[in-house]
Amino acid sequence: MRMRTIEISVGAFVAAAIVAMVFLAVRVSGVSFGAEQETYKLKARFDEVAGLRRRARVSIAGVNVGRVADIHVDIAYGEAIVTLEIDGKPGELSIDTGAKILTEGILGARYIGLLPGADEEMLEAGDTISETQGALVLENLIGDFVTRMGAS
Amino acid sequence: MTRDYLRRLGIAGLTGFSNLGRATVLWARAMWGLPRWADVGLLTRQMYQVGVQSIMIIVLSAFAIGAVLSLQFYTQLANFGAQDSVGVGLALVLLRELGPVVTGLLFAGRAGSAITAEIGLMKTTEQLSSMAMMGVDPLHRVLAPRLWAGMISLPLLTLIFNAIAIFGGVVVGVHWLGADEGSFWSGMQNAVDIWNDFGKGMIKALVFGVLVSWIAVFQGYDAEPTAAGISAATTRTVVLSSIAILATDFVLTLGMYGNFGS
Repeated sequence: MRMRTIEISVGAFVAAAIVAMVFLAVRVSGVSFGAEQETYKLKARFDEVAGLRRRARVSIAGVNVGRVADIHVDIAYGEAIVTLEIDGKPGELSIDTGAKILTEGILGARYIGLLPGADEEMLEAGDTISETQGALVLENLIGDFVTRMGAS
Repeated sequence: MTRDYLRRLGIAGLTGFSNLGRATVLWARAMWGLPRWADVGLLTRQMYQVGVQSIMIIVLSAFAIGAVLSLQFYTQLANFGAQDSVGVGLALVLLRELGPVVTGLLFAGRAGSAITAEIGLMKTTEQLSSMAMMGVDPLHRVLAPRLWAGMISLPLLTLIFNAIAIFGGVVVGVHWLGADEGSFWSGMQNAVDIWNDFGKGMIKALVFGVLVSWIAVFQGYDAEPTAAGISAATTRTVVLSSIAILATDFVLTLGMYGNFGS
């Protein structure tokens, strides 16, 4: 076969692979090129975050508004401190906003639902959400149930 | 009886080590020879033989595998009403494991065996020795371009495999079975991490590329110069490559994703 034909087909092969790579990066991994979206961080303290992972979504009324950036534990208080990365600029969520850990479907992934409050004062970047409700853990629920049954 | 057995075991062990040693020296010396600008033509020709000619089998298998994965995920997940998570499972399984591994296995069967047979026949017909007599180093002229071509082609083929397999999964899962297209893609984009899933999968592909081309070239170079010898070497290439890919994949997965959780 002529060398030129070989060169052209190898070139096409490499080009096809690059197209596949861009597809895998943008469409599958969800990497967005261009301007980095503006975000700010909030913290929230939970008594229980079992099953919540980094990169889990943060939503208001079911609409994505950010993601979980980091989870670590405050051993002294026995609480988890979750760092939330919220899209946009601070100044839209009031200071009495609540955060709840919810589950998608029955077996689905854990995510955080925010419930904006009515206060006039707004959360600034780095502020901590204090009105929180942690993840429901089945063992604890069953434990409560059994204790109550025993008491009555 | 026992002594005889031990003796044969010892011989087999020593032969194994000496083969590994020779293979390593061969690989190192051949890799040293390239890349030189003068050899780009040789490399292109091998990329054609090894990479371009494997595209057809990769594309067809990828589509079939993506389609069948999507079908299985859909039917199982539908039991829990979670059929919209098909995309997540499909993408993670493909990018992390099946993409590199299946591409590697197909590549060993399609391209590795061809490399071994070609080099084995060159050796049998004494083309390699005549090259050496003319002052052309067969390591640089014959082995090095094949090693590099295999190492470069396998990751490229894996990229194509992953993309086509996901396309096959979309065709079956979304267009045929009717999973929701929006949550198919958004679930995938939320779950797949560019480095942890995609990048590590590509590292696997690169490792498999090195392994397969190394085994194929060495088996060809080391083949007994007879018709039966070439046939045995070709078989060994496919068997050893497959075992090497699967075993290495387990070790790599253990290292990359070993600390479950987080």
